Amino acid sequence: MNDLTRVKPYGDTLHDGVVQVSFSLPVPFGEEARECARQVASGMGLLEPQVVHMADLGEQMSFFVLYGKVVTEVDYTSIRVPKVESPVLSFVEVNALIREKIKRKIVVIGACTGTDAHTVGIDAIMNMKGYAGEYGLERYPEIDAYNLGSQVENEVLVRKARELNADAILVSQVVTQKDVHISNLGELVDMLEAEGLRSKLIVICGGPRIGHELALELGYDAGFGSGTLAPEVSSFIVHEMIRRGLQ
Amino acid sequence: MPTAKMLLAEGKIEEARAEASRIADDVTRYIRKRSTVAVERTVLRLLGVDGVDEEGVPVANLMVDQVLKQGKLARGVTRYFIQALAQTGGDVAALCSDVARGDADILSFQTLPEAEIRARGAQLAVEALARIAAQRTQREAYLARLSGGQSPLLYVIVATGNIYEDVVQARAAASQGADIIAVIRSTGQSLLDYVPYGATTEGFGGTYATQENFKIMRAALDEIGESLGRYIRLCNYCSGLCMPEIAAMGALERLDVMLNDALYGILFRDINMQRTLVDQSFSRMINAYAGIIINTGEDNYLTTADAVQSAHTVLASQLINEQLAFRSGLPSSQLGLGHAFEMDPEIEDGLLLEWAQALMAREIFPEAPLKYMPPTKHMTGNIFRGHVQDALFNLVGVASGQGIQLLGMMTEAIHTPLIHDRQLALEAARYIFNNARHLGDELMFHPEGKMVARARQVLDEALDLLRDVRSKGLFQAIAEGEFADVKRTLESGKGLRGVVLREQDYFNPLEDALRAALKLDETDAGHVARESEGVNA
Repeated sequence: MNDLTRVKPYGDTLHDGVVQVSFSLPVPFGEEARECARQVASGMGLLEPQVVHMADLGEQMSFFVLYGKVVTEVDYTSIRVPKVESPVLSFVEVNALIREKIKRKIVVIGACTGTDAHTVGIDAIMNMKGYAGEYGLERYPEIDAYNLGSQVENEVLVRKARELNADAILVSQVVTQKDVHISNLGELVDMLEAEGLRSKLIVICGGPRIGHELALELGYDAGFGSGTLAPEVSSFIVHEMIRRGLQ
Repeated sequence: MPTAKMLLAEGKIEEARAEASRIADDVTRYIRKRSTVAVERTVLRLLGVDGVDEEGVPVANLMVDQVLKQGKLARGVTRYFIQALAQTGGDVAALCSDVARGDADILSFQTLPEAEIRARGAQLAVEALARIAAQRTQREAYLARLSGGQSPLLYVIVATGNIYEDVVQARAAASQGADIIAVIRSTGQSLLDYVPYGATTEGFGGTYATQENFKIMRAALDEIGESLGRYIRLCNYCSGLCMPEIAAMGALERLDVMLNDALYGILFRDINMQRTLVDQSFSRMINAYAGIIINTGEDNYLTTADAVQSAHTVLASQLINEQLAFRSGLPSSQLGLGHAFEMDPEIEDGLLLEWAQALMAREIFPEAPLKYMPPTKHMTGNIFRGHVQDALFNLVGVASGQGIQLLGMMTEAIHTPLIHDRQLALEAARYIFNNARHLGDELMFHPEGKMVARARQVLDEALDLLRDVRSKGLFQAIAEGEFADVKRTLESGKGLRGVVLREQDYFNPLEDALRAALKLDETDAGHVARESEGVNA
């Protein structure tokens, strides 16, 4: 009987707690290294940690693959995760809704900001061809979409938002280091507030390390993770514009 | 690869090459009449100009800016440098520190007779080329003594942002079997109109390319290579607004491989096309003379455009890159033309299409050490599937005889490689390369099969595109978004202000010396009659 108030990882038997982990240690390859890895795993709270593979990385470094058993139990029934609640419409439905309720084209600008040069995310949402069979926003007849590309400064994005009279801003952050994406995303919202633009805009961020909850914390209207497709984003924009009376 | 397997029509390959050649001729006529601030700074660097002022601005920039401000850059910076040098005792380092302190303006010296300027310039150029040649000889000596690896060479990146941490990762990668270490640059460096100075320990997504960083990594790889009995090649990037300067630094510090694409900066960094095309031409002469293998960036087209539909743009661009490279004196053996394994893994028979294209590239560029790039666009957080995608990529790489295999990382979509990501990638590639070493020799393909048909189709489409580009000119083709769906115009983009039309007495002794050494056509080197002309080359 699976007790959802006491959840543990599943290996091949309910409640066995089995997990695999891999990591490197800056210690020379050998039996001491193996023991060191076991102790690290114990410190992580794994019972019966087993080093099943180790390799010499050179430079006095070693790599390990381990299995162990997790002790922690989690109460699944008490979990609440904020999610984008609006229903996801199709390409045709989104355009129809814009025509019916907003009665003009909406303007969406997108960019990969700061030092990030990885446009795969913003391109998947915005490019004409889209991704995984879903057209990008540039293909939407009722959306004027502007993809500003990569390494766009927040100042430039804010200026463009004003120039183009944008209804929504999409910010993508894919590969960043040392959490620079957090401060960069926060800065954009601060700038929009300072310019008095924030309340007139739907502001959305996306990327592999971004979820809706983080986005809300940072002052965004929504956050989308990896694998998001254009209809999810466009549906949210339109519903949010209607909800906030931004027609 | 003894036999042609994709049964491509020789006539079509020749025709495509001829179209690319005409395109490159048009571009070359245009760029020969121009110079850029980056080209001029490069000449100064090769003549020994070094150092920065107290705000970190390189002395090469200070000198070029002095000349640019007075509207004299069209004559080349060298003459002013030579005049200043001759009248300050002939010590380059002393002149540099005077300029750095703001105590000297290289325009404020007496004009020397033209013949004297040219003689002194030619002498300095000889000395500069001797320094580059010494590094080339040194590389050859290493390769005669140590193993240089077996194709496809295993290429991995380090990207910590800190050169000293990069050294640890690079040495580890070398001991794990890497043949080429590329130090990824800090994002944004391509848009800096100067080269940062000294050893650096902070960068985003990579480490600044500086001459000191090159030196530190070169020494580390030489040392570890010696202990492994292998010569470990070093790679960096001469793309961006400082293409030729970084090429010069790479030549002086014995880099072995450098990214150098004629179009990449235009399309993906929005650098002005005049600027990039002039810069790439000079930077490639330096690469050529230094014996450095260039890597072109066609793989990038497939990260924005669809890999199946746009495969022919890769081939067309490779042919253009090849012709432009020939015009800078690069032989085929130094052309690591880029292509990539970027198709959606959900496509039925996607492997067949990738394999066919890899063989097609091999057969069209038989002597080039082709650089094959791994899946990136369709890598997800699923590292386990990612490792399998990379395995298929490695299989195609070895079976189609690629020259340089940039190893995929299972964590591609997540972060810059962790130390064991690289180890797992190297281990997998070595396993596959060894296990399937001669697979290519054993295979012939169905003459009416999918793979042969695919290769032929891509060549046909590339030929059509090249005809179109030739008829309208490369500049117009780029303006219409023919490459990577990106549109750029002649006057748009960054760095246009750094482009000058050469005066009749323009003097660049390094270019003259390189053209002579590389046996390039000298009919109009350096002193093309000034024309008032339109923009279409």
